[in-house]
Amino acid sequence: MPITLMSPTGHLGFTPIERGSFEAGLAARPDAIVADSGSADIGPYPLGADVGHSPEEWQRHDLELCLLGARDLGVPLVIGSASDTGTDRGVDTFVRIMREIAREHGLAPFTIAAVRSEIAPQTLIDHLGAGATLLGLNGRADADVDVLTATDHAVAVMGVDPIRAALEAGADVVVCGRSSDSAIFAAVAEHLGGLPRSTSLLAGKLLECASFCAEPFMGKETVLGEVDEDGVTLTPMQPQQRCTPASVSGHAMYERIDPYSEHVPDGTLDMTNLRFEALDDRRTRVSGAVWRPSDRYRVKIEGAGQTGQRAIAIMGIRDPYTLERIDDVLQWSRDKLVERFGAPGDAAYRVHFHVYGRNGVLGDLEPHPVVDGHEVGIVVETVADTPARAHEICTLASRNLFYARLPDVKGTAGGASFFSDEVLDARPDYRWTLNHVLALADVDQDARVHEELFRTEMIAVGMEVPA
Amino acid sequence: MRLVDLAKTIRSKNAGVDHITFDVIFREAADYRRTVDAGVLSRDSVASLYGIDPDRVVSFVAFDPANAIKFTVRRRNPAGSAGEPDPFGSQCYAPLFDVEVPEA
Repeated sequence: MPITLMSPTGHLGFTPIERGSFEAGLAARPDAIVADSGSADIGPYPLGADVGHSPEEWQRHDLELCLLGARDLGVPLVIGSASDTGTDRGVDTFVRIMREIAREHGLAPFTIAAVRSEIAPQTLIDHLGAGATLLGLNGRADADVDVLTATDHAVAVMGVDPIRAALEAGADVVVCGRSSDSAIFAAVAEHLGGLPRSTSLLAGKLLECASFCAEPFMGKETVLGEVDEDGVTLTPMQPQQRCTPASVSGHAMYERIDPYSEHVPDGTLDMTNLRFEALDDRRTRVSGAVWRPSDRYRVKIEGAGQTGQRAIAIMGIRDPYTLERIDDVLQWSRDKLVERFGAPGDAAYRVHFHVYGRNGVLGDLEPHPVVDGHEVGIVVETVADTPARAHEICTLASRNLFYARLPDVKGTAGGASFFSDEVLDARPDYRWTLNHVLALADVDQDARVHEELFRTEMIAVGMEVPA
Repeated sequence: MRLVDLAKTIRSKNAGVDHITFDVIFREAADYRRTVDAGVLSRDSVASLYGIDPDRVVSFVAFDPANAIKFTVRRRNPAGSAGEPDPFGSQCYAPLFDVEVPEA
């Protein structure tokens, strides 16, 4: 039977959900509310350091709207990739916030399923020892023990089955660790409507970013998706938006290399022959997705690790003669670092000069790395093994822009301008160490390891009655 | 005509942690068809435009349903690493503006 899914945000907590279209969505009495709360877009730091990426107040704001709305309607709520990282911390944080909301509002009893997916780097090392391979995605080398040792936190990305199982076990709310954005929607469509995985995952693919599938561009507005046996109909709840074939198909290709395939652990959604049909000037129906199950689980693993401590300084140059010779200025600074600290390298220190006004934005992709303006801003970024060392190296690097020796320079009182005479201690540098798929040696291990990766705890909430 | 004046959307964004994907979306199917047929955007031409090895252009797709040309470039380092610019990959598209598309 057709199921209507409500998608109020593409990234819960990133900026607060827009209230108006959210209320309009609830008024349409959807069969479930589903919201993803994580992304790899936010960089390696939140996962590497295992911290949330948005203020907890904003996450609470969004969770409160979703939880109260879902409990009021008596419909399931599924939250994906809890607290940005989908680590155990993320899941525990969202469960705690929901308990607090339930207590504050005196909610009648309900059940949360917490589905965890964090995996210790040591466990991955053990898997390699047992003959598994961590296949690098899209051109990455396969991961070995060194890569895993350099990883501070890792998560496995869950597909449909663990989430659907939690719903089938009676959960009213599912808080997921790291999960496929499409799978959190698909699980509900399959559980409530008995719908096929093809249109269920298609619904997730289209709804995962909420109002990004509509035009004009607006974030954090609610979209409804009606899922049936053959397709998905999208309706924006924000009156100024429209879901058109152009906006929906434009979104279908967003943020991905391959617009035709969506991979989940147990197979691929083939979107090669999607049809986009305008039902009216605000609603579009999409059909033609094909589900291709695979005979092996292929679970994606994401991981990040700290590489060192960071410091930055901001300088400016306005002298046109100096600007013509800016590479000499940077080389002078680099040479002074080598003189004092030795050659740069991963184990020693790293220095980067980001020259805004030349190629600060595009880096090596800049087709025109020439200074043709009248000034540049230079962000000096250093990475070293301790904060004090990163700070010291950044200080020497930036001051040597000031002291760069150019023959015939007119300005003999300093060759660069300090934004401020302070070096700013930045947060540590992290790197995405894992963007891989776990391939076990034997198919016989697949089901068991899949269960080990995704662990569900059923939590009774709202049993306490306020005095 | 310059691509910036012909296309409705020209954007770039991260596609996973190691890649930046570029989308050039046309309002009219005819403009899309004309640009595809003219061959002014290709793996080699965008590699040349950005001054990179063609091997770093890992994918090139003419996506008919959205009247869009999409290509993807591998980063030198993962997004968000020290020294790697533009953590979201969202500001890489401007060099595409000046690509000349011949009149129909």
